[in-house]
Amino acid sequence: MHVPDGFINAPVSAVAGVVAAGAVAVSLRGARRELGGERTAPLAGLVAAFIFAVQMLNFPVAAGTSGHLLGGALAAILVGPFTGVLCIAVVLLMQGILFADGGLTALGVNITVMGVVTTLVAYALFRGLTGVLPRTRRSTTAAAFVAALVSVPAAAAAFTLIYAVGGTTDVPLGKVLTAMVGVHVLIGIGEAAITALTVGAVLAVRPDLVHGARGLAAPLKLRVHGELVDVPAPAAAPAAPRSTRKVWATGLAAALLLAGFVSFYASASPDGLEKVAADKGIDEKTQEHGAADSPLADYGVKDVDDARLSGGLAGVIGVGATVVVGSGVFWAVRRRSTPQAPVTRTTESV
Amino acid sequence: MGAGHAHKLYRHGHSPVHALPPHCKLAAVLCFVLVVVSTPREAVWAFALYAVLLAAVAAVARIPAGFLLKRLLIEVPFVAFALLMPFVVPGEQTELLGVSVSVPGLWGAWNVLAKGTLGVAASVILASTTELRSLLLGLQRLRMPPLLVQIASFMIRYGDVITDELRRMSIARRSRGFEASGVRHWGVLAKTAGALFIRSYERGERVHLAMVSRGYTGAMPVIDEMTASRTQWAYAGALPLTALAVCLLGWTV
Repeated sequence: MHVPDGFINAPVSAVAGVVAAGAVAVSLRGARRELGGERTAPLAGLVAAFIFAVQMLNFPVAAGTSGHLLGGALAAILVGPFTGVLCIAVVLLMQGILFADGGLTALGVNITVMGVVTTLVAYALFRGLTGVLPRTRRSTTAAAFVAALVSVPAAAAAFTLIYAVGGTTDVPLGKVLTAMVGVHVLIGIGEAAITALTVGAVLAVRPDLVHGARGLAAPLKLRVHGELVDVPAPAAAPAAPRSTRKVWATGLAAALLLAGFVSFYASASPDGLEKVAADKGIDEKTQEHGAADSPLADYGVKDVDDARLSGGLAGVIGVGATVVVGSGVFWAVRRRSTPQAPVTRTTESV
Repeated sequence: MGAGHAHKLYRHGHSPVHALPPHCKLAAVLCFVLVVVSTPREAVWAFALYAVLLAAVAAVARIPAGFLLKRLLIEVPFVAFALLMPFVVPGEQTELLGVSVSVPGLWGAWNVLAKGTLGVAASVILASTTELRSLLLGLQRLRMPPLLVQIASFMIRYGDVITDELRRMSIARRSRGFEASGVRHWGVLAKTAGALFIRSYERGERVHLAMVSRGYTGAMPVIDEMTASRTQWAYAGALPLTALAVCLLGWTV
């Protein structure tokens, strides 16, 4: 279900738009790695067309009702997380512009919830599970099931979070959360079954196409004089520069964890300087900061009453914003310092 | 693919709205929706004025009212949600048609209904007056990354092909006596989806090879440069600017 205009207020929609744009920018670079350079556009385009078509495939449930696939988890497992986010984002964009399905101002919210959260949660779970389970096809299918099962209610929870910060009507949060997650657990069961069955069907025919099952490929063997012999390994490729992605991911996860959950238990008394200032009466003349009225003032989220939840939310939002801005600056600086080779861009975009 | 790439919402025409450059229209619709969303919901008359504005644009674009109204049906799921609001939101209660409903809930429902409907109507007008290809060119002109525009254009171009493939598979299943009626048939349908994925992916590989053999290097050549004159921008800007004036009035009154 796509969020229409007027459901989330303008500032939060704008922030979600920035988050979505950042995610799409990161995915554009990641997808090039996943699909391989210039192959990106046609392959990602066709996968997006597949997602678009498969959302029309009706799965009968019982007595005339039927559901359809959402496709976030499926895309992440079949083609990888970056391409997955990209394809879902493109599908949502086209649905918004061409079919008026989902509001234009809510596009950021839709992409963040249905594209980014679903895909990332599904892929992280899938990777974690395939790392733990034995490396067989059956465990890949099982991991796909669990990943899809969790990803749908996770998206519902993410939507509730956005609604808590920027919803235009004060529906009691507990009710929204219960209703959204409850309904979406049911939807998630269907999504999980279909995703697992589909991944299994692709694995049976073209296991090499399944991004999430790349580790399953058995080494090539040759039959020499009636005996199976391992093919000698090709000359080792020059060692790729060590990826810093793991470090980044761990750091980000730790920051979010600290900001979001540990701050629940942080001391409620002001920090040292503030306390001293209060004791000594220094702060009598200090004026409220210019941003005191901002939605995140005093490390709490406006309109969220629970102090701990509010602090945690503000923390997560703060870390997110910092990372987005930081990466933006970093990216801009890096782009400037390494000018593109002129040959690769013969036609400048207009 | 032989039938051209017009999508279902597009209505061929030669009205002034059809003739505007696509990036002007895209920017105008986006600004209009933004203005609508940031209008206070208490200013009921403002939304009526917005509706009149959109009706005027539809009239200039010669879109029949019936067509527009039929397309608005897409938001039915959210209407259901909005109608629930007056019953679940706590707050001051009032009597409406003999049923006790809450006042903040009514405001919330009105907010979602009014803004959602206006947003959908604006998008429908945009989609029914702009061809697919020019929409994509417009997006590119508005500085969407070229790679993203390429992916979107491939998706649009092959969306019908892949959907048709799905339809042919369904015809093949039915002509062999298969009828999906419950959960136990999900296996067959999922195999269909799997086969469709493999066919789509392989088609992508073939398309890529065909393009490489014609000199593709990762960027699409821009053949027809689109420009908009100042007058065209002014025409396109009329809608969001009038809306902005209404919105400001809504905040002050």
